[in-house]
Amino acid sequence: MSINAQMNITIPKESDPSEKRVAIAPVNVVAFSKLGYDVRVEAGAGESANFPDSTYQSAGAIIVSDRSEVWSQADLLLKLDPPTMEEASMIREGSTLISFAYPARNEDLLKVLGEKKINFLGMDCVPRISRAQSMDALSSMANVAGYRAVVEASHQFGRFFTGQITAAGKVPPAKILVIGAGVAGLAAIGVARNMGAIVRAFDTRPAVKEEVKSLGGEFLELDLEEDGTGSGGYAKVMSKDFIEAEMKLFAEQAEEVDVIITTAMIPGKKSPVLITEDMVKSMKRGSVIVDLAAEGGGNCELTEPGEAKVVHGVNVLGYTDLPSRLPTQSSRLYGNNLVKLVNLLGSADEFSIDQEDEVVRGALVLDEGKLSWPPPKVEISQQPAKPKDEPAPVSEGEAAGGSSIFSPGMMFGLLAIVLLALGWKGENDFLDQLTVFVLSCFVGYMVVWNVTPSLHTPLMSVTNAISGIILIGGMLFVTGAELWKETKSILAGVAIFLATINVAGGFLVTHRMLKMFRKE
Amino acid sequence: MTTGIVTTAYLVSGILFVMSLGGLSKQESARKGNLYGIIGMAFAIIATFIKLSLDKDAGEINLQFLAPLMIGGALIGTILAKRVEMTSMPELVAILNSFGGAAALLVGLSTFLDPSNAQLIGSEKLIHDIEILLGVFVGGVTFTGSVIAFGKLRGSLSGKPFLLRGRHMLNLGMLGSSIWLGSQFLNQGHDQAWLSLLIVMAISLVLGIHLIVAIGGADMPVVVSMLNSYSGWAAAAAGFMLKNDLLIITGALVGSSGAILSYIMCKAMNRSLANVIFGGFGTSSGSSPGGGGEVEGTITETTADQVAEELREAKEVMIVPGYGMAVAQAQHVVKDITETLRAKDVNVRFAIHPVAGRLPGHMNVLLAEANVPYDIVFEMDEINDDLPEVDLLLVVGANDIVNPSALEDSSSPIAGMPVIEAWNAKSVVALKRSMAAGYSGVENPLYFKDNTDMLFGDAKDTLSAVFSKLG
Repeated sequence: MSINAQMNITIPKESDPSEKRVAIAPVNVVAFSKLGYDVRVEAGAGESANFPDSTYQSAGAIIVSDRSEVWSQADLLLKLDPPTMEEASMIREGSTLISFAYPARNEDLLKVLGEKKINFLGMDCVPRISRAQSMDALSSMANVAGYRAVVEASHQFGRFFTGQITAAGKVPPAKILVIGAGVAGLAAIGVARNMGAIVRAFDTRPAVKEEVKSLGGEFLELDLEEDGTGSGGYAKVMSKDFIEAEMKLFAEQAEEVDVIITTAMIPGKKSPVLITEDMVKSMKRGSVIVDLAAEGGGNCELTEPGEAKVVHGVNVLGYTDLPSRLPTQSSRLYGNNLVKLVNLLGSADEFSIDQEDEVVRGALVLDEGKLSWPPPKVEISQQPAKPKDEPAPVSEGEAAGGSSIFSPGMMFGLLAIVLLALGWKGENDFLDQLTVFVLSCFVGYMVVWNVTPSLHTPLMSVTNAISGIILIGGMLFVTGAELWKETKSILAGVAIFLATINVAGGFLVTHRMLKMFRKE
Repeated sequence: MTTGIVTTAYLVSGILFVMSLGGLSKQESARKGNLYGIIGMAFAIIATFIKLSLDKDAGEINLQFLAPLMIGGALIGTILAKRVEMTSMPELVAILNSFGGAAALLVGLSTFLDPSNAQLIGSEKLIHDIEILLGVFVGGVTFTGSVIAFGKLRGSLSGKPFLLRGRHMLNLGMLGSSIWLGSQFLNQGHDQAWLSLLIVMAISLVLGIHLIVAIGGADMPVVVSMLNSYSGWAAAAAGFMLKNDLLIITGALVGSSGAILSYIMCKAMNRSLANVIFGGFGTSSGSSPGGGGEVEGTITETTADQVAEELREAKEVMIVPGYGMAVAQAQHVVKDITETLRAKDVNVRFAIHPVAGRLPGHMNVLLAEANVPYDIVFEMDEINDDLPEVDLLLVVGANDIVNPSALEDSSSPIAGMPVIEAWNAKSVVALKRSMAAGYSGVENPLYFKDNTDMLFGDAKDTLSAVFSKLG
């Protein structure tokens, strides 16, 4: 094998035998080559995801069979699961690693990698903002998990999901409750609906109601008014009243539904218990619970992470490897996420970890070995509001400009000073006029502040017409008989003439414009 | 009694003006708002007639002199308003504004020449003289400034900022000498003071020209709105000197609303008012003049046939109009395409940037003229989040308002300006006359993106071709 001077991207085989996925699919090799990287893939890496070595090879990758060589010569390692301690010991000092990181529970690993001055980007740490959606591996894996959850449920469930009227009798449709309408929950709702089941969904965030409905699900609501929208696309912790009402709802539903899919995960914490043993007892025999939060202990009291078991006649599935059970699909999606992230880091010649970039900064767990997680907080809610990228900083001269002149505080301050100064040495007549003036300014400010932008032009032309009021000023000077002999009257005459054009033209043109606005 | 009636009438017309401005802040009430304005103005004029005919001291009002002037003015105004093309609306507003400024200037001069002026003494005279000075000065700046804005909008003057070296010093000098002359004016005898006043007027006229020639054509919306506010202040100053409350009220209303409007517009561009007025935008800012860095990628050209094909297949279409649409008068063919697509159940929407065109809301007016219903026309903030769902986004003669470097390149002169994030759409077709940069003189990386195709030519011609292929 020739060692090229170019930067390489290396894909090791996942060491956990139960892990069937691989970090990238063969199609992604092309994208990386385009960026100028040499792509090295460990022999057999894609085997269990149905990507044999030959497919990577024909896409332009180099197959490396020696495991220690894979690790020790890698510049940029792309992986799924965080490396094991053994793998961490093989990694080359100063290289870059991208994989899931789970920094909160992998302190020891971070220490080892830190000593090796590794740049470590965690796919699970990519901030959940709109710009980073294309690299949000948690979402793409959750999507797969949601799909698979329904498939697993139907596999265990003894009946059809869809309702049918057949010659052999009527089949009622299965009823499914999905708790938590995040990415996984929504995916599950869509799949279950497509299989013909009746789907109900519950979420603490009212904003997702529309999404649930758009997928054909029914959105269950509590009578309580409380919005559970938190930051980063997760829900926040709710009040005690809310939780009680929620549990009551689940208890009612448990008696009725055939399948419960729970997805309530709190990052880095134990999953809340939503389905108690009593509720499980009340379910029909042969019902299924799929607990997607099993990794954090499970939303069901009886969930055993990683296991499937039958309790009180109910199948409780606590699989934690759902994405890995669809390895081909998961690997493809994850690979695409990686391509987008690497794109952000630049081509092989210009590879850099740009901490100015919010996405990169968020994902960066180790910066040349230094712990840089958690990143400074970015408060952007993914769900209801408008996730917007921070506007670029404005140069100083502009920022220091007079944009705050119109802030109420400044206005009042200035006013007070001017009024005091005038009140000191003014006469009553003038002060009265000043009062009128100031009040009118204020009224103008209040009235115009909320104008819709589409009406800016008409508003401007109407104020323009109104400013022609100066014409009555002119009128005061056109009294008396022989006007054309006096300069002041002639000047005033011209003023009146011009102002009338302004008034007539302004109002008419506004009228013309407004006539055109129509609603359908 | 007479003063009572007149004061009441003035009060009513003041209220009507407030209602007029209030009405114009919403689509539903806008037409009523305009009507209130007209009634208010009528009240004001009639009340002034009554005042003058009842008030014997002021002398008889001379209708032979007044009537031809007002009728003539009204006629000319009507003709202007009827004849103007919707695309040249900004020019009309600018030139009408210059008339308002000139009128304020002239009223100021008249007031000074009025014999009753000479009778004032002490602090009353001082205040009165200051008011005259202010009215004349602000009126003068408004007058010539608006004329220059008119020329720039019309294209008879170059849209590029014209920058003298040390222009800030020049402005300060002019302002300073006006203040000095003004202070002399306050202590001078009548004839001498008249001369000083005329010199101050001359300076204000030059200052108006100089201030506005230094501002680029793309910033004219803000400028027109600002000048509009000046003509309000000038009217208010006239109100002070004539002791006329209605003039004060109305002037203050117009002045403050114009100022707020300019401020709102500046905010839409993420710039301060000071930056717009003194910035000489697009030439002097930043370390890298003429564009923020190199743009990588290639331009893909497309044809009218292909665009029609893409439109036929799209489900979600977004149109982003810009000044180019106004120049090419393409709004009608845009509307034809919209109708055809909507008949086929394609969801066609419009995304309007707050500063698209040469007047705020310019695009809305043009689309309204072409009969596009306003409920499919959206503001930038409402629509930016929907863009990833859009199958095809048409950029019709817009440039800076869809420029990604505003968000991505902090060295770009337009950095930080909120823009329509067109590049998030699945595919983009940009209609453009040539590859020339926009008003800000910044290269637009959008045109080089993979999902962007270019359709070169006059927007009206190319869109007509698209429309004929679409049928």
